[in-house]
Amino acid sequence: MLATKTAADNLAQAAPVKGRSLWADARARFFRNRAAVSGLVVLIAVGLFAAIGPFIAPWNYEDIDWAVLGNVREAGRPSLETGHWFGTDALGRDLFARTVQGTQISLMVGIVGALIAVGVGTLYGAVAGFFGGRLDNLMMRIVDVLMSIPYMFVLILLLVVFGRSMLMLFIGIGLVSWLDMARIARGQTLTLRGKEFVEAAQATGVRPFTIIMRHIVPNLLGVVIVYSTLLVPSMIIYESFISFLGLGVQEPLTSWGALINDGAAEMNNGLLWILGFPLFFFVITLFAFFFVGDGLRDALDPKDR
Amino acid sequence: MSKFTLLMTTALAVGLSGAAFAQETHPETGETLAEDQTFSYRLLDQFPTIDPQLIEETAGGHVARQIFEGLLTQDDQGELRPGVATEWTSEDNQTWTFTLRQDAMWSNGDPVTAQDFVYAWRRAADPATASEYAWYVELSQIEGASAVIAGEIPPEELAVEALDDYTLQVTLQAPLPYFPQMVVHYTFMPTHQATIEEYGADWTSPENIVSNGAYILDEIAVNEFFRLVPNPNYWNADSVIMDEITGLVINDANQALTRFRAGEFDMMDDLPAGSYPQLEEEMPETAHSVPRLCSYYYTINQSESGHEALQDPRVRQALSYMINRNVITDQVLQAGQAPAYNFTHWATAGFEMPEIDYASWSQEERQQRAMELMEEAGYGPSNPIEIDLIYNTSENHRQIATVVSQMWRPLGVTVNLSNFEWQSYLDIRGNQNFDVARSAWCGDYNEASTFLDLLTSRNANNDGKFQNEEVDRLMAESATMADPQPNYTRVEEILAEEMAIIPIYHYTQNFVLDPAIRNWPMENVENNWYVRDIYRVAE
Amino acid sequence: MLSYILKRLLIAIPVMLILIVGTFILMYTAPGSPFASERGVPPAVLANLERQYGLDQPFIVQIGSYIWNLVTQFDFGPSFIYRDQDVNDLIAQGFPVTLTYGFWSFVVAVLVGGTLGIVAAVRHNTWLDYLAVGISVGAQVLPNFVLAPILVLVFTLWLGWLPGGGWQGGQLEYIILPVIALSTSFMASIARIARASMLEVLTSNYIRTARAKGLPMRRVVMRHALKPALLPVISYLGPAFVGMITGSVVIDVYFSTGGIGQFFVASALNRDYGVMMGITVLLGALTIFFNLVVDLLYAWIDPKIRY
Repeated sequence: MLATKTAADNLAQAAPVKGRSLWADARARFFRNRAAVSGLVVLIAVGLFAAIGPFIAPWNYEDIDWAVLGNVREAGRPSLETGHWFGTDALGRDLFARTVQGTQISLMVGIVGALIAVGVGTLYGAVAGFFGGRLDNLMMRIVDVLMSIPYMFVLILLLVVFGRSMLMLFIGIGLVSWLDMARIARGQTLTLRGKEFVEAAQATGVRPFTIIMRHIVPNLLGVVIVYSTLLVPSMIIYESFISFLGLGVQEPLTSWGALINDGAAEMNNGLLWILGFPLFFFVITLFAFFFVGDGLRDALDPKDR
Repeated sequence: MSKFTLLMTTALAVGLSGAAFAQETHPETGETLAEDQTFSYRLLDQFPTIDPQLIEETAGGHVARQIFEGLLTQDDQGELRPGVATEWTSEDNQTWTFTLRQDAMWSNGDPVTAQDFVYAWRRAADPATASEYAWYVELSQIEGASAVIAGEIPPEELAVEALDDYTLQVTLQAPLPYFPQMVVHYTFMPTHQATIEEYGADWTSPENIVSNGAYILDEIAVNEFFRLVPNPNYWNADSVIMDEITGLVINDANQALTRFRAGEFDMMDDLPAGSYPQLEEEMPETAHSVPRLCSYYYTINQSESGHEALQDPRVRQALSYMINRNVITDQVLQAGQAPAYNFTHWATAGFEMPEIDYASWSQEERQQRAMELMEEAGYGPSNPIEIDLIYNTSENHRQIATVVSQMWRPLGVTVNLSNFEWQSYLDIRGNQNFDVARSAWCGDYNEASTFLDLLTSRNANNDGKFQNEEVDRLMAESATMADPQPNYTRVEEILAEEMAIIPIYHYTQNFVLDPAIRNWPMENVENNWYVRDIYRVAE
Repeated sequence: MLSYILKRLLIAIPVMLILIVGTFILMYTAPGSPFASERGVPPAVLANLERQYGLDQPFIVQIGSYIWNLVTQFDFGPSFIYRDQDVNDLIAQGFPVTLTYGFWSFVVAVLVGGTLGIVAAVRHNTWLDYLAVGISVGAQVLPNFVLAPILVLVFTLWLGWLPGGGWQGGQLEYIILPVIALSTSFMASIARIARASMLEVLTSNYIRTARAKGLPMRRVVMRHALKPALLPVISYLGPAFVGMITGSVVIDVYFSTGGIGQFFVASALNRDYGVMMGITVLLGALTIFFNLVVDLLYAWIDPKIRY
């Protein structure tokens, strides 16, 4: 258009052009990924199931239905009349309520475990990468040593020595994976350390820990988020393995791993629903985490076209 | 060759092979034997050892019973039968003389002599052997056993003597009428001194082992399988029909059942929880439930570390009365177990079941009485208590503990369930770090004292620390009585009055067995089976 | 290169020492003892058991003699639970088993998972991409303690094609089911790594040039893209190895193979100190070795990497 006064006035009054931040870009890319979006929907649905389930279930997760006990094959089937929507387990306890409760525990274990792994690992790796030199060398050698330890032993012994509380479970499972996170965080930090804004911060006299917390860690966030969504499934799988060994949560609490174990044992008796429902939730949730994690990685990493 | 020769040769060949194919029949029953005389069974876990003096669990015991033979064995009713010993006598039940047969041989041809038994029994008691079953020698009351085990006197001073090559004399420190029953146990089986001295801890490997039973160890792969083959030097080798035994280690009960159904092996016990009713329905000829000399009960911690409410016998009684045992046996276990209101198994030889009062009440009466007792003791829904119930990892234990914990709710009792794996569990229970603990006791020999001695105050396995002077006195007396039953009856009554333990049920042995296998000892309540007695018939 | 290898091996020694001492300490803090029995053990017998196994000696002496025996005679000592066996015997029996089916599982997982991942990358964002990823993720997500019983149900009971367990020296029919059950455990991870790295390679300049020149896609993939795309898969060997040992526990329990994974867990639960130490040392040494091999493979594949 011609550079007339009207045009100039119009332009001046027009709303300022909104810049597109990188986060918005990433979000747009994420939502274009259909698999990732459906994964997110599934996760939200499962989360709602875990949160609302206890309030709508007619039975609670520990009470035995004495009328069903001993006759689970017929009386324990999923049905709408008895109020056992998912059926009962081999002891006559309502499977819907137990699945809800197991979902709560497994999700918590997965998320908290991943948070612990990520938190410890990121900080460790960032410190190592930032300071570099001999401290880095020492810290990474320690990581190498720890990586050679068979973690299962340690976990079993920890659970045996400190008792099988929920806290121990979280800590134990979380500590399994922080090493990988530390390696990744260190690698990224090394790259970031060379960047100008970090140099500038150091030049202006900002203290090292402040630099780490304020500049390094936020820039690691992308990698960290992606990795943690990929960690959650392996935490949940790990927990199911611990249950398989008989070291998981104590009765009457339960988790997906414990429910699936019980269900696999009842397959032979023909009580297929005891396996089916928990397994279904387990599988779709892990699928969802995988797809969401992949989607996040695709979205946040611009090289991945 | 000419046609005639060909024809004749063929006829001859067919005739000869026909003769070879002629089916064998069982010498006594006349049944047609199958060609394949092999027996395979499933083990839950790999046995830690097959050295008879070191064995401490049943899986190793089953193997030892096939490859070693003690003085006496058991027949299919559980009655004593000559093993290496043909006669056993005693005038006073205190000095026992065993006469050994002269044709018993080790697998390497050496004769089995009384010295072999002397060596083995000394070895069992010798603290240098570090046998975890040394206490069994002490239990058998052999004179000097306690001192040898404590290391105070050398093993040579154990009162076991070989009067000559084929006569063994044992002196007990008190008369014990059922001493021969105790001799059946694997700890008292003979072992070959020269082999052990030559190979040390390796003597049980297939290349080195020398044994005197109907079979010998042929191959073993830990956690996978083992195989036994007939011992040609066994004195009764001619009567042995089965010519191979294979044991498969399969930890998971459901996996084992699937493989059993696929025909991979012939027998398994330790069936998956809750599977018995369906098996009984589907395969009535194959599934069996027979009495087994073990009792399942809950130990109550009556020491200072336990909950104070549990020190009051009324509370203990209330807890016991409140349990609906029929629900447990008929709806949870569903395998023919009998509810228990006393400790000693009902099928114990010579045991007369005493009249226990609450056994004859109805469950409603019991529950009402339980609520009353709880109130009397000062507890109940208005004054609730919290107790820790521990059990070791197993599906059955978990189910029973869950059911019991809910049955106790109306009493105002909140239960914290904790399960532990076996080693931790033993540690915790042995240190009285519990309120109520799941327990089971299997008889070491077929007589009531094997159960009742457990609840005397000096018994190392009395984890609940129950103490009653009268019980101690009665049990000490009973060892020398001609007819100890009156004492046993009184002890059981006291146990019920004080509710020293909470009996839950008496075991059955539930197993599946290929119907083609015959002569299985269904009535042996100690579950002692000998493969040399069984055989397979043709389909 | 040689000096690099030497340096790595030298560092391995203090690492192993720390591993041994650390495991020792952890073992002894755990409650319970290998000699605990439901039937009480008389004190004199217990004292003898402890003497026989060296548990009555001071801590330093125990560690010292253990390391000495290990280094001079490769003797891992006796098993505390299996009184007929030495740890060496148990490892000699179990390790080849685990190695055999572990190796084949890895091969199958790389072949199948790798193929799925490459297919997914080449047909990026089509239904084939989602299907391939879906299959591999589905296989990994199904826990192998659910898969193992199902496999036996199908192949042993219903079809009667394969035995339900055992090893019998490693004959083919005994390897198949364990390999299927174990390979699915890390198939998805390999597929995703292959897919991700293949995607990256496919967008690089030299591949674009090849496509621009008109080379068919298959040729491009097989000849130019495959090798560099496999680099991250190789680096996965290390963690995959550890994962294999963990997964092999379930395999050993369900298929009665007699492999090392089951000893691993059982020894921790039973407090079999001898076997625990032996397997820890073995696994630690193998992990260090594997990491070294992986790094060397890296150098071989990527000529830009130099040590």
